[in-house]
Amino acid sequence: MSLAGPAPTGPVVALEGAVVAHGGFPLLAGVTLELAPGTLTILRGPNGAGKTSLLRLLGGLEPLSGGRGVVAGVDLAHGDRRLLRRKVGWVGHEGSFYDDLTAEENLRFAARALGRPGAAVGPALARVGLTARAATAARRLSAGQRRRLGVAWLLVRRAELWLLDEPYAALDDEGRELVGELLVEARAAGVTIVASAHEALAFDGDREVRLAGGRVVG
Amino acid sequence: MIRVALLVAGKDLRIEARSRVLASQVLPFGVMALVLAGLALGPARAGHSGAAPGLFYLVLLLVTLLAVGRSQSLERAAGTRASVATLGLDPAGVFLGKSAALALELVTMGLVLEALAVVMLHVALAGALVALPSVVVTLATLAAAGTLYGAIVGEGPVASTLLPVLALPAFAPLLIAGERAFSAALSRQAEARWWVITLVALAAYLAVGVLAYGVLEDS
Amino acid sequence: MHRTLARLLGPATLALLALTVWLGLVVTPPDRVQGNLARLVYVHPAVAWVALYLSFGTATIASALYLWRRTRSVTLDRVAVSAMEVSLVFIVLTLVTGSIWGRPTWGVWWAWDARLTSTAILGVLAAGYLALRRANDDPQRRATRSAVFALVAAINVPIIHFSVLWWKTLHQGATVFTANHTLKIHGLMAWTLLLSFVAFSLAYLWLLRARYRLEVARARRESDDLTAALAARVLEGRP
Repeated sequence: MSLAGPAPTGPVVALEGAVVAHGGFPLLAGVTLELAPGTLTILRGPNGAGKTSLLRLLGGLEPLSGGRGVVAGVDLAHGDRRLLRRKVGWVGHEGSFYDDLTAEENLRFAARALGRPGAAVGPALARVGLTARAATAARRLSAGQRRRLGVAWLLVRRAELWLLDEPYAALDDEGRELVGELLVEARAAGVTIVASAHEALAFDGDREVRLAGGRVVG
Repeated sequence: MIRVALLVAGKDLRIEARSRVLASQVLPFGVMALVLAGLALGPARAGHSGAAPGLFYLVLLLVTLLAVGRSQSLERAAGTRASVATLGLDPAGVFLGKSAALALELVTMGLVLEALAVVMLHVALAGALVALPSVVVTLATLAAAGTLYGAIVGEGPVASTLLPVLALPAFAPLLIAGERAFSAALSRQAEARWWVITLVALAAYLAVGVLAYGVLEDS
Repeated sequence: MHRTLARLLGPATLALLALTVWLGLVVTPPDRVQGNLARLVYVHPAVAWVALYLSFGTATIASALYLWRRTRSVTLDRVAVSAMEVSLVFIVLTLVTGSIWGRPTWGVWWAWDARLTSTAILGVLAAGYLALRRANDDPQRRATRSAVFALVAAINVPIIHFSVLWWKTLHQGATVFTANHTLKIHGLMAWTLLLSFVAFSLAYLWLLRARYRLEVARARRESDDLTAALAARVLEGRP
């Protein structure tokens, strides 16, 4: 299965003093960060450090309140963020699906929305071990199974930038191993990956970025 | 745009088919509102009242508000919103798809409520049938308006109380036009000018929705 | 020049309003048919003009220009909210003065007159606009959403107006404003009426300017708060 679209040249992420503010509160207080294509970066930091906000900014899900940034060739301040969102694969730490649709229907919806063949759905479900749950409504899946479904959603699309918010949350050992394998595979295929994590991971990142107080501190 | 509209409409209808929220919650609410309308008129006037078309539409507006809330809530969970946003769907298509699904749902509930109005408020069946096309078009307009207002309201914590304040003034002319068209159908009169109001509103909402849905989604 | 004009706006408004009051209440004679009640003509039409056309129109145009990428600026957003807030005040004044006129004329405080009804609906639209702004913290989101709403509201105004007008004419004949039409206006009365339009339009500009300055001050405070919050946030990250 092909995991990524064409690999970009130059840095995939280039942020300079990026600020994201909500209701007067700066979630990100000036992040400067550059990430090369085909790398796996792990974001670390205490609760409220800005890990999720940074991932959301990179995914075009939050507007830039200050500073500059270019992600996957899209200018965050003036560019078309919808274009950026199409290039991004997102796995949030909340449930990410239509709860009343089955696992398979959720993936089919994503595939059709992206103009990908429906044939990509079956293998993706198999890869994350959810074939037996294909016809189960997303709301009936356990937290760990939902997380696996989130990863399957990534596999269905050809995103050049994967953003994962706490990919290990609620996963059993087997699930962690699986996600680790998939991420390493994707990186080898040229995908740029940014994942936030609290705990130790089953794979090595190319780089660890420490966040605190809405900034990169190491 | 049409491809996305069909995809989104299909998804919304499928979710309703699975969850039956409108069928099991909103429709019974509409039935009860119709019963309350009869009770408010009093036993002497509950049947054969000239107010029946107006009350029918009043009930439809309330049903519409709840149905719009439900339609918007499908994407309201933060995680769902984020992952659907990364699909980069054409916003005009999303607007048309959600409007179309909502219109179909509203028309279905509208038919049931109209049948009930015939039975309970003693509306003449022949007149109710003549009024049917205007009911369908009015509900389609309400669906487009509701979807647009739902997006304007957004996903904040006060969305459910904000929606009626914003949407009801816009629903007012549709209530008037629908009621007049229905009353005209009952008395077998021409109703052309009421069609004009509804169709102008429908065109306006579709145009604004197609143009502005993306702006609203992005903000 | 600009500053001097702006500074003169307040005193000029007050002077013209005072002149309108004096001419309207003291100098002009009572109407033959309506007596002193007719003096409301020096208030009500001018207030309605500001409410329905001048301020609502300003808010609509500013919102439309805000939505157009080329002309988008925070200034337009501030003008829009300021104008809409003034509009709401004048819509309420329009309804109140209309009601005061209506009580002796129609015997009721509220008649289902087409203009009265559509003005009331317009008032709810303006209130809705302000409620929408309160519900959104993020400045950009607030500006965009309220601009789209203002534009849709403006498109709704003629739809609401005609629907209520037709609704009214089908239910009963228009009886209300015939009183207005028989009002004979000429000479001094006409000049006073004209003056009232100028005076209330100036009052609108004065209020708009004051409200706009409030909005600028609020934005400055928000920006200062954000700077302070940024500094505090950075400190959070220091060991």
